[in-house]
Amino acid sequence: MSLLGERDIVMCRQMVRRLTQQIKFTLVDQTKMITAASELSRNTVVYGGGGEMRWEIVAQGIRTGLRLWFEDKGPGIPDIGLALTDGWTSGSGMGVGLSGSRRLVNEFEIRTVVGEGTCVTITRWK
Amino acid sequence: MERIPILKMGRVLLVTIQVDLQDQVALGLQDDLSARIEQTGANGVLIDISALEIVDSFVGRMLASISGIATVLDATTVVVGMQPAVAITLVELGLSLEGVRTALNVERGMAMLAVDDRNRIDD
Amino acid sequence: MKQENAVFDQVLKASPEEFIKTWVSEVAATGSVSGSAQNDARELFAAIQANIASDADLNRIDGDAWARTRSVLAALSQSRAAQGASAGDTNHFVMSIKKPLFDALQKDLGADARGALQAVWLASTLIDKLAQFTATTYQRSREDVIQRQQQELLELSTPVVKLWEGVLAVPMIGTLDSSRTQLVMESLLTRIVETGSELAIIDITGVPTVDTLVAQHLLKTVTAIRLMGADCIISGIRPQIAQTIVHLGIDLQGIVTKATLADALQLAMKKAGFVITRNKA
Repeated sequence: MSLLGERDIVMCRQMVRRLTQQIKFTLVDQTKMITAASELSRNTVVYGGGGEMRWEIVAQGIRTGLRLWFEDKGPGIPDIGLALTDGWTSGSGMGVGLSGSRRLVNEFEIRTVVGEGTCVTITRWK
Repeated sequence: MERIPILKMGRVLLVTIQVDLQDQVALGLQDDLSARIEQTGANGVLIDISALEIVDSFVGRMLASISGIATVLDATTVVVGMQPAVAITLVELGLSLEGVRTALNVERGMAMLAVDDRNRIDD
Repeated sequence: MKQENAVFDQVLKASPEEFIKTWVSEVAATGSVSGSAQNDARELFAAIQANIASDADLNRIDGDAWARTRSVLAALSQSRAAQGASAGDTNHFVMSIKKPLFDALQKDLGADARGALQAVWLASTLIDKLAQFTATTYQRSREDVIQRQQQELLELSTPVVKLWEGVLAVPMIGTLDSSRTQLVMESLLTRIVETGSELAIIDITGVPTVDTLVAQHLLKTVTAIRLMGADCIISGIRPQIAQTIVHLGIDLQGIVTKATLADALQLAMKKAGFVITRNKA
């Protein structure tokens, strides 16, 4: 789904809620995944200049999970290390979204090229 | 744009958040509350989030902001009804909501504000 | 229908009741048999016959063509797993089809040696695959049962008790790992909301060691409790643990700690505004 405006952040949360309910995640796991999606979709809209989210229900052996991709063709992140350290005390910014989301999911991957864009992939297993 | 209703009960402003907040609506609430506190000279703000299933960093920051702004305007803020799943997620997210007072429910929140009010009068 | 399927179809249609009887006696003769064997055999037989008749590929059992058989096998292994049957038994049950099947094929194709050999080979590999599928599903079911039991055990070992009006307590027993902490957090927080208790006492008398990781888990729990508008007391701090905490420089962030649960309860009551008096005997 496309993430272009504020309304899309809400739509994204609702979409992820539907998906996590479909897979029957526990309430806490649902909340964590939806919150992470909210953070990352906001980053995409606000810092990435808009982009899209893709999802896939994945399976690995016996377990089932949900994988989400947040991709934009924005400015990219120059210093990932810095962005991933907790940015809370510095106030607003994408820092909290990135480092926080990482703790809410089981797998977290980020690919970013300055001037080309960013793609964050998160996975949560049941 | 949607606006969250603000109720006045005595010297307390009561806000119940029941919808999945769009960022703009949250900011709108912040503005509206600040204006109302000033207008009414309220000395307490109670925000009921018992229906909120997701609190991300944006909403968290909004709550902290409202709390800060209210304090400057000489009013106390209490956030009540946080759901367990939300609390667990906020802790994991790393948001401590420092400076925001919380209570289990509206009843306790009002009691907290009343105590505060009494202390205030004693000043 | 494909030639090979037709051969099997004919053989299966010949005398189903006798086929099933031979099958069940083979199961009994070479291993243990469950009470439902007769019915299970009938159901599986019907599914296999139906799938073969609809021209399912005899060389592979994945795909829609074999869906019915797979679902019967899955149900079979699930019920056997729940009853506590061994993997061997369930496997054995499926494998025993070979006896009546080979017998029937031999009777039907006796004269045609090459044809018979080919049919037997096909039959054998098909049954092997079905048995393998059954074994895998069985495995999965057992793992599900074990996981559920583990969860129940985990829940039982960290009960949340109401000590007094507005005071809850959780005796932690055993090592505090992240899944344990998660569970305690969930049940404790839920109970806090349900009972409207503003004080939770976490007793760690039963926790053997407290290192930085354990302390982190505890702190997370306390933060969550405070976020919700309640507060927490940690009791059961043994002298050694107190030393470790100081040594490791762990910051307890203003959490009140007490040596015993009794002390913690006393403090909790006081905080909640209760005064206890004793009547003269």
